[in-house]
Amino acid sequence: MSWLETLRTGLGAVLSHRLRSGLTMLGILIGIAAVILTVGFGEGAQGQVSSEINDLGSNLLVVSPGSTTATTGIRGGFGSASTLTEADATALASKTVAPDIAAVAPATSRSETLTAASTNWTTTVVGTTPDWLSVRARSVTEGRFLTQADENTDAAVAVLGATTAEELFGLRDPIGQTVTVNDLPLTVIGVLNTVGASASSSTTNLDDQAVVPMTTVANRIFGGTTRTSVQSIYIEATSSNALSAAYQEATAELLRLHQVSAADADFTIQSQQSLLSTATSVDKTLTELLAGIAAISLLVGGIGVMNIMLVSVTERVREIGLRKALGATQRAIRRQFLVEASVLGLAGGVLGAGIGLAGAVVLPHLISNPITISPIATVGAIVVAIGIGIIFGVYPATRAARLAPIDALRGE
Amino acid sequence: MAATDSLPVIDLHDVTKTYQTGSLSVQAVRGVTLSIAPGEYVAIMGPSGSGKSTLMHILGCLDPLTTGSYRLAGQDVSRMSDDELAEVRNRRIGFVFQQYNLLPSLPAWRNVELPMCYAGVRRDERRARAIDALGRVGLADRVMHRPGELSGGQQQRVAIARALVTDPALILADEPTGNLDSTATADVLALFDELHRSGRTIVLITHEADVAHRAGRVVRVRDGLIETDRDQAGALS
Repeated sequence: MSWLETLRTGLGAVLSHRLRSGLTMLGILIGIAAVILTVGFGEGAQGQVSSEINDLGSNLLVVSPGSTTATTGIRGGFGSASTLTEADATALASKTVAPDIAAVAPATSRSETLTAASTNWTTTVVGTTPDWLSVRARSVTEGRFLTQADENTDAAVAVLGATTAEELFGLRDPIGQTVTVNDLPLTVIGVLNTVGASASSSTTNLDDQAVVPMTTVANRIFGGTTRTSVQSIYIEATSSNALSAAYQEATAELLRLHQVSAADADFTIQSQQSLLSTATSVDKTLTELLAGIAAISLLVGGIGVMNIMLVSVTERVREIGLRKALGATQRAIRRQFLVEASVLGLAGGVLGAGIGLAGAVVLPHLISNPITISPIATVGAIVVAIGIGIIFGVYPATRAARLAPIDALRGE
Repeated sequence: MAATDSLPVIDLHDVTKTYQTGSLSVQAVRGVTLSIAPGEYVAIMGPSGSGKSTLMHILGCLDPLTTGSYRLAGQDVSRMSDDELAEVRNRRIGFVFQQYNLLPSLPAWRNVELPMCYAGVRRDERRARAIDALGRVGLADRVMHRPGELSGGQQQRVAIARALVTDPALILADEPTGNLDSTATADVLALFDELHRSGRTIVLITHEADVAHRAGRVVRVRDGLIETDRDQAGALS
């Protein structure tokens, strides 16, 4: 019996028990759709986190107060101490101390409410120095950025993110307008370029912030400890190759300035890479867990196929006997049932992939998570579905093939 | 008929069949020697438990024999592998069963073409030959009907068409009229008569005397042995 003929027979058998075949396929279908969606969710979340971290600026190192011991767990409160100062930043900016550091920007931020005429908007106010612009790889689309003169004079000026400017001033030109923070009127002198809002969390929306000179923030807005310490220091390495050199120079200089040994370091320096791997490893673990659960549902679906194939073999004992009497070899019978099982697997796989893909298109509109469809995962899932059909079909098919023709003919 | 000098279709020599069920062994066939020439119409008769069903399974190559030898159309089938036996069944034997054994989901012609599927005959040829065979059993207008849409007699005729379609050396019918009413029985037996007249070799297993009466030769089986084997006067030959 040719393959085409076997396929036709198998399809006929599947179609003649529509409800049963449909329910069997459902098991595979749900498993495949779940695998595609969970992998898509995971990859989507990872992609989102990496793009957010990449948005931080290239060649970037971030110094935070407190310390962590990267491989063995957290030591000291991460960010709990306020040990970084503007003097640290100034020292790191020195070309003689750290030749691989291109620019340094200390920063302190806090959530504040900005008021412009009758509109108010709560956003992140960032106090920093003029170098912030190059360190964070940003630019201004309108007006100008902070200058050293603004810094020296505690100037009451602000550069707004595109979203912030739009929320406060709508379509009006924000340049020259006044926004009030903690009763201090600030003149808007520029608008930052748009880097794209990150969908996941409003706290990291890089288009929604107000950048104000460090000295102004410390002396006239936040006050308190911000006069003496900064929340973080952003360091830009001269190139991505110089990143680890810059890391070592910054570490050595800060240890020297703070007069502590490396074991007692009261600061943490993280590169984009380490942020990236920390952030994505969580997502990765979650994805693997979910994909594992989805794989189990696929396994259950496969057992469903086996179950139905066994029922089918038992039910069709007479048919098997007849086919053998008419000249079917063991191989022909085995092939017939294997094809039936793989048709079930294939149909479930294709439908499941279809539903998974449809879900990947529809779901992001309902929940705010992106789903990345990987073609490899989709094709892989279909192949796995056929594989499951075959693997779980082997035993029933072999049983059918081994039936003795007379026993099969006598069977009810 | 000049069948005596040609090779017999069936040549059983001292065949036994023992079934082993646990510690109990039952000898269903206890030494049968039987020769059937081409073109013969033979009825095998016997009460239930006589071993005639076992004999039929052996003749049909459905069940291997324990001792003795069996040559079918000159070919020794007693030492063949499963796959070789499948091929012998496919090419040399046409089966007709009491229960018709048609596949209910397939139309008549697809049931008839089934043995040719396993013989590797091309699709268009299979279709043509299946429709031709259905014409020969008088069902030219029932080609597309499924078994459920046919009467018992018609279903059995579809089964006979299926047995004929590969042009086998032997047509083996196991109680072919056991499930039929008298009209359908007459139809089917008339069909066998006609096949016999056209030179087919037919072996028919039955326990009904009037069915056996139509055959040219009646073999009576009892307790796993041939009791009598005689040609019938007045039968078609």
